[in-house]
Amino acid sequence: MRELAGTWHRKGFTFAVLALLPALIIYTLVRFIPIVETLRLSLFQWNLISRRKPFIGLDNFRELFTDALFLEALRNTTIIAFGVLAITVPLGLVLAALIHHRTRSRFAGFYETSIFIPHVVSLVPAAMAWKWIFDARLGPLNAVLGLFGLPPQAWLFDPVLAIICVIILCSWQALGYAVLIFLVGFKNIPQSLYEAARLDGASALQCFRHISIPQLKPVLLYVSVITLIAAFNIYAQVFVLASDSQGAPGRLVRVLVLDMLENSFRNYRVGYAAAEAVILLAIVLALTAIQFRVFREKGRA
Amino acid sequence: MSDKASADTGIPPTPGQRILNGVIDVVLIVFCILMLLPLVFLISNAFKSPQELLQWPPTIIPRDATLDNITSVLADTPLLRWITNTFFFAVLSTIAIVSTSAVSGYVLGKFKFPGVHIVFGMILATAIIPFEVYMIPLYLGVQQLGLLNSLWGLLIGYLVMSFGIFLIRQYVISSIPDELIEAARIDGASESWIFVRIVLPLLRGPLGTLAVLAFFQAWTAFTWPMIITATKDSYTLEVGLALFQTGFTVDLGRLSAAAALALLPSILFFAFMRRNFVQGVASSGLKE
Repeated sequence: MRELAGTWHRKGFTFAVLALLPALIIYTLVRFIPIVETLRLSLFQWNLISRRKPFIGLDNFRELFTDALFLEALRNTTIIAFGVLAITVPLGLVLAALIHHRTRSRFAGFYETSIFIPHVVSLVPAAMAWKWIFDARLGPLNAVLGLFGLPPQAWLFDPVLAIICVIILCSWQALGYAVLIFLVGFKNIPQSLYEAARLDGASALQCFRHISIPQLKPVLLYVSVITLIAAFNIYAQVFVLASDSQGAPGRLVRVLVLDMLENSFRNYRVGYAAAEAVILLAIVLALTAIQFRVFREKGRA
Repeated sequence: MSDKASADTGIPPTPGQRILNGVIDVVLIVFCILMLLPLVFLISNAFKSPQELLQWPPTIIPRDATLDNITSVLADTPLLRWITNTFFFAVLSTIAIVSTSAVSGYVLGKFKFPGVHIVFGMILATAIIPFEVYMIPLYLGVQQLGLLNSLWGLLIGYLVMSFGIFLIRQYVISSIPDELIEAARIDGASESWIFVRIVLPLLRGPLGTLAVLAFFQAWTAFTWPMIITATKDSYTLEVGLALFQTGFTVDLGRLSAAAALALLPSILFFAFMRRNFVQGVASSGLKE
């Protein structure tokens, strides 16, 4: 048997290597090398064209933490990311609970689809729809406020309001994903837990609080981390809603990716931009590490 | 939830539960309509005359629908060109992702040579790192190849998808029995024959799901096409539209018309591929 295994083993090995080779080459060229390059470039000063590319150690990072624009971008992005999280996860959880409760309703398909559509449609047209809603002069949002006797707001011109607009747009998009994953989570909770609780006389709300939430903890954490990571990388939404490029109306909400692109392509500071990318990477890795750690603790318990 | 259990066991709901269910349905229906409203208005605005656009409350079905906005946008912008560019980009990216994922997912799932784990680990590790982190060095690479502002340059960013390899590998491990492959080997089948004739047909389901995800990913890509494309006729739909809407002179009717035209393909595609898509996204949440 071992002999037989040995003969195909060698053939199998050749096949495996040849089959993996194309993907490995592509990965090396478009993932591994650029990732390493980002780390390397962050230690150099380079203006994209010059032959001179001096090694400057951690100077880029030191400068970043005194750079008002970068700090503004970091602050805005963090606020947006946690704002989206604070809206998406609780709201998504409640919606998923309600939809799961009404699985047998004839509207169940409609619920899932209509909450999910904003997550899948193209970003730019969707953001344009919201730009009209927020529009100070023509937008329905101010008109609705007017019905309640509230004064109109310059949504996309006010620094604080513009960030709120970005949070609303991003939450509208992220919600569908959260609901979908939570629904999968609800379906995986054993029915026997609810039946036992019901025999003990627990109310629906008590079941939700003491069975659903603890059972969904890993899923909750997963969705939270994914939502945060996605929000730390936003660019298109801000570009459409609140960037001032080419004189479009609207106040510029500076986010990390925008600041990074500006540094590399407008200011020609590639090393500096790479240092920003490394900080973005550090944030993402920290978030992932938190997730892994909680999972491991759960496995041990 | 407690009442769902009773529904499953066939006990009819009490009147109180029925009222509660009705209330929940109303809440959900209202919420869902609100979720869709921005897109509904966008499409409806595309057909409105300038006067009607200024009216309050805004109408959902335009009173005198006009095609002026759409014809004027199609005349003023290379919108159809952008749609074609995006389509070819998305199709090529889908082909690349589906084929690399099928082959690598199978090998990484069924061949237990030393090193296979390391390769899989490295591929998975790149899935955690956002594209935005390394896109500038990748851009410089594309520049060196002289592929800036071209379809091939765009494609370089979207050739592989770690989640795709992961998805196929999971499916291969859980749903393709070793005995099946073993039996073919004993019959003297070559490894590539086994892959093409036995494994690939079994992978049709997950590959379909992956194809839908990959197509959407490229169709809605923004940041990478934004830095790679530079001239009007090489823009993708998202980039063209984003730059079009920053213009001062463009009025709301034409903006909505352009956005609605851009939106329609993705909504239609989603409507047809809903099951595949939902499955794919849902399985991404199960990788614990």
